[in-house]
Amino acid sequence: MRAESQPLVSVTDVEKHYGDFHALKHINLHIKEREVVVVIGPSGSGKSTLCRTINRLETITSGSITIDGKELPAEGAALAELRSDVGMVFQAFNLFAHKTILENVTLGPIKVRKLSKAEAEEQSMALLERVGVAHQADKYPAQLSGGQQQRVAIARALAMKPKVMLFDEPTSALDPEMINEVLDVMVGLAEEGMTMVVVTHEMGFARKAAHRVVFMADGEIVEVAEPEEFFTNPQTPRAKDFLSKILTR
Amino acid sequence: MDFLQLLEMFFSGIWGTIKLFTVALIGALVLGTILAGMRVSPTPVLRFAASTYINVVRNTPLTLVMFFCAFGLPFLDIRFGSTSSFNSFIYATLALTAYTACFVAETLKSGISTIPVGQAEAARAVGLTFGQTLSQVILPQAFRTVIPPLGSVIIALLKNTSIASAFNNRELISAMRNAIEVRGDLVIPLLFGTALAYLILALILGRVFDYLERKLVILR
Repeated sequence: MRAESQPLVSVTDVEKHYGDFHALKHINLHIKEREVVVVIGPSGSGKSTLCRTINRLETITSGSITIDGKELPAEGAALAELRSDVGMVFQAFNLFAHKTILENVTLGPIKVRKLSKAEAEEQSMALLERVGVAHQADKYPAQLSGGQQQRVAIARALAMKPKVMLFDEPTSALDPEMINEVLDVMVGLAEEGMTMVVVTHEMGFARKAAHRVVFMADGEIVEVAEPEEFFTNPQTPRAKDFLSKILTR
Repeated sequence: MDFLQLLEMFFSGIWGTIKLFTVALIGALVLGTILAGMRVSPTPVLRFAASTYINVVRNTPLTLVMFFCAFGLPFLDIRFGSTSSFNSFIYATLALTAYTACFVAETLKSGISTIPVGQAEAARAVGLTFGQTLSQVILPQAFRTVIPPLGSVIIALLKNTSIASAFNNRELISAMRNAIEVRGDLVIPLLFGTALAYLILALILGRVFDYLERKLVILR
């Protein structure tokens, strides 16, 4: 059992190498229940890699990652079970192209949680309602706009009733006018107390919903601060440089 | 022997071909799908076993595979029924299945590699196991993508059933040979008639694939 003070997600001394490339350098990050952590940084900084190691879509070279006190198991049934408790939203949505919107959301509950089809559909329709795409339930992913697809992807992850949600640049592939509809859903989740790790450049979201901003560069965590503090008064030259580039955009 | 009797002979030959084809088709699709799954599995032993099997069997002439089944299996006292014609049928379908499964597996594997990697990642992220990811997300999409090349493999299977005629099976070619024996004067029409029968069967298959391709198209 996890003590109340123990972090929900613990990343300890994690190193990752891709051949000669040192992608993650000595990463330590501990995320409490109900906490929203935004990870930002220039491209190639390792922020997506970090996000993907948390449910072991990327393996690590050394170090330890625990979720709810449990060490990430090696590939197999135990890992699948652990992943079912970790929702993930991808930059490219990755909805199952051959399944309808509703089937996308019910697949996990039926196959992993062993819900009956009727139960899964009822629960999934409620989630689709919540993210505002219930009227599209019988369509296929390619028939929806990017913003709608990403909201379905969020519903698909929520259908597993995850303990923590990972967002890997959820708005980077969206047209500007669709970004807010996705961010609104995410802000709503944050307000309800979902534990979230969000890789994003959306300052607005970070300011509105995040408890902490983690700034990464060259595979390292360079700075950790509260959002307001980070954006108005960055401490490190790397962070200052990065912020000056994106804020004057 | 009059025309009606010849026709009857032909139709029983066509029926023999259809039986060989159907049983071997089901076998090849099942075995080929399993082999394709093994080829992409995270377990090295399974990958190695499947690729060894495919490399060996795919590069052996089908006639030789038939010899292995039709002569090797009885030698090892492996029999499936009491009548020799039933045994011959099973040996031939086993050979066709073993051989065609390699091509089905390779075709499917090329289909699997066209599926964006994000599909499998999303499935795994939801908590599906490797087997569920394959059966629920990857293979259904891979099958749809490879319908045209899979169609060619299946038409090749249809024509390859003709080799079974040399191994005590009653099908189109053996029917044609019997017919030519009694009506040598009709050899040209009999040859053309046989070719036409294969053509019709293959064209029907082609229509089925076209239909499936249209029906099962995936929007991306």
